[in-house]
Amino acid sequence: MAFKAIDYYNIDELLGDSELLIRDTVRSLMEDKYQPAIAKHFNDGTCPLEIAKDLGELNAFGVNLEGYGCAGSSDTAYGLINQELERVDSALRSFSSVQTSLSMYPIHRWGSGEQKERYLPGMAKGEIIGCFGLTEPDHGSDPSGMKTTAQKTDSGYIINGSKMWITNGTIADIAVVWAKLDGEIRGFLVEKGTDGYTAPEIKNKFSLRASVTSELSFLDCEIPKENILPDAVGLKAPLSCLTQARYGIAWGVIGAAMACFDEALQYAQERIQFGKPIAAFQLQQEKFAYMATEITKMQLLCLRLGQLKDAGKATHTQVSMAKRNNVAEALKIAGMARGILGAAGIVDEYSAMRHACNLESVYTYEGTHDIHTLILGHDITGFKAYR
Amino acid sequence: MKIVCLVKEVPDSEAKITVENGKIKETGVKFIVNPYDEYGIEEALKIKEAGGEHQVFILTFGTERAKKVMESAMALGADEGFLVADGSAPDCDSHTTAKVLAAALNKIGFDMIFCGKQAIDDDSSQVGVRVAEMLSLGHASVVNKFELTDGKVKVERQIQGGQEVIEMPVPCVITCQKGLNDPRYPSLKNIMAVKKKPRTVFTLDDIGLSADDVGVNGSFVEVTKFEPPLEKAPGRVIEGEPEDTAKELIRSLREEAKVI
Ligand SMILES: Cc1cc2nc3c(=O)[nH]c(=O)nc-3n(C[C@H](O)[C@H](O)[C@H](O)COP(=O)(O)OP(=O)(O)OC[C@H]3O[C@@H](n4cnc5c(N)ncnc54)[C@H](O)[C@@H]3O)c2cc1C
Repeated sequence: MAFKAIDYYNIDELLGDSELLIRDTVRSLMEDKYQPAIAKHFNDGTCPLEIAKDLGELNAFGVNLEGYGCAGSSDTAYGLINQELERVDSALRSFSSVQTSLSMYPIHRWGSGEQKERYLPGMAKGEIIGCFGLTEPDHGSDPSGMKTTAQKTDSGYIINGSKMWITNGTIADIAVVWAKLDGEIRGFLVEKGTDGYTAPEIKNKFSLRASVTSELSFLDCEIPKENILPDAVGLKAPLSCLTQARYGIAWGVIGAAMACFDEALQYAQERIQFGKPIAAFQLQQEKFAYMATEITKMQLLCLRLGQLKDAGKATHTQVSMAKRNNVAEALKIAGMARGILGAAGIVDEYSAMRHACNLESVYTYEGTHDIHTLILGHDITGFKAYR
Repeated sequence: MKIVCLVKEVPDSEAKITVENGKIKETGVKFIVNPYDEYGIEEALKIKEAGGEHQVFILTFGTERAKKVMESAMALGADEGFLVADGSAPDCDSHTTAKVLAAALNKIGFDMIFCGKQAIDDDSSQVGVRVAEMLSLGHASVVNKFELTDGKVKVERQIQGGQEVIEMPVPCVITCQKGLNDPRYPSLKNIMAVKKKPRTVFTLDDIGLSADDVGVNGSFVEVTKFEPPLEKAPGRVIEGEPEDTAKELIRSLREEAKVI
């Protein structure tokens, strides 16, 4: 049955014409091409790689960046794109987040003129795929302790160390890698095929099965001196990329929640038990009231956050609040929807369980739920509780 | 060449249409570019992209609201948009709509005209052909293959038992059928660019028409009422032993449904 996007507070009225058109365009592409194929990809553990070309042709990569073939849209439009991608599967939104916010953004913000010219136009078209290597096997929530190092040589840098859980690592043409140079965190661009650099895929995931997740390994991997991001210095640099990506995630998971809500509602209105549609029972209605209210709150949080970001006023703690709240609620909603579907909810004809499995990753990556709690706690009370 | 694509604002095919007092209720309905018109726009863009000095124009007749749909059509990659905006548009029959479009076409100028084979709301399938007649142009309708070489158009259309091939000079009017091409999605860059492209809103006066020419006054046909399709009666399950249910089925088909 056709998807009905819940908009309980007529939030569409607050979006611009071009934002609505951008959203509807991505929605059509997703419904025509990706929705029908996603369950099989998830089951097979394969990523629909044509997403690179399709989103590239739409100019959806780096959409909120200026110049270098990027569309230069509002941040709200970027959010809406993520929502439509994640309505199909968090894997598609992850692909876009990594390309736009974690790979193009650092090059756009801290790259040299030559690096921007060299990579950004191809990345905007989806012809060059990027990945972002910050997390390490022993350093997840606390990346400041990272062990990966860069050593200066006459002609460039030698990188040693390993990165873990890196989205798109195996398929990436270029990795944005964070490593310590003389004890200070710096960003480096490592191209696929460089000697000493390998990126095997991590298999057997229960979550984000339609996304490639990899380990990056650097063994005396030498890169030329032009491959350091000249202006990215300190942990602030990767963290500001994460702020961009977290912003997109806060929007994205609304899509997953909307999909689960719609699917469960349509099912509950038709499924008859005890002589009535199950939607007619109070127990189920409480769930729908909860889901609709939480989705509306998620939408309002993001709408305002988008306005703030478009005005250049959004803070990283405001982004943390939206990421933390929206992912947790989306995860809850996916679980509720799965329950409403009964046994039907465990097969791949329905999407709620797939979304629930995916959202477990989203809950953990880009700052775990707990870490965002600590960020907010710090900001609100003035006391740091990280260590 | 100036290639003009005629575009109509229609309700989304997935919209739930409700009728109140013989009129269609439009609140909450989303409006889109008539899907058949998209084939025309795609064909026009293909001509432009193949090289040469071409411009692709969008021309819409509707109320002020139709500006959004005109802009959505432009977002596919058109160079310029024109809307003849008048409150009478919903009351215009195919003849009057064609009259308005022909007047606007004369004002804008054209070397080639594309439109959909029909609009998915009223399904009248007349406007393109009427425009051609009013402008004394050649036309081919329900076209599923199009070629343009040296100022000559060669098109194909499906007819009973085969394909018909037609050749004619430009300018001419082509009404487009599904299968002609694979309409693109608008690129986000083109969506962003629309607001920077020329968009003209004409009044009737601008194209040399007056209120007497349009709406109920200017139309031969008046829609007096809309009615929703009859609600389907719920089905009935006949239960029991096969001998009895078969008998009951035959009886009710004969006596109640009166179909055998
Ligand atoms: C599918 C997937 C894709 C990913 N993609 C990328 C990528 O592209 N690039 C990249 O760099 N990383 C990526 N990651 C890694 C992700 O960012 C990390 O998993 C995340 O930061 C958490 O790190 P960790 O898994 O090491 O957990 P840990 O940091 O070990 O945390 C384990 C648990 O302890 C809690 N905890 C940690 N510190 C505290 C504290 N101070 N107080 C209270 N509780 C605490 C956490 O909340 C969590 O519940 C990805 C992860 C996944 C699952």
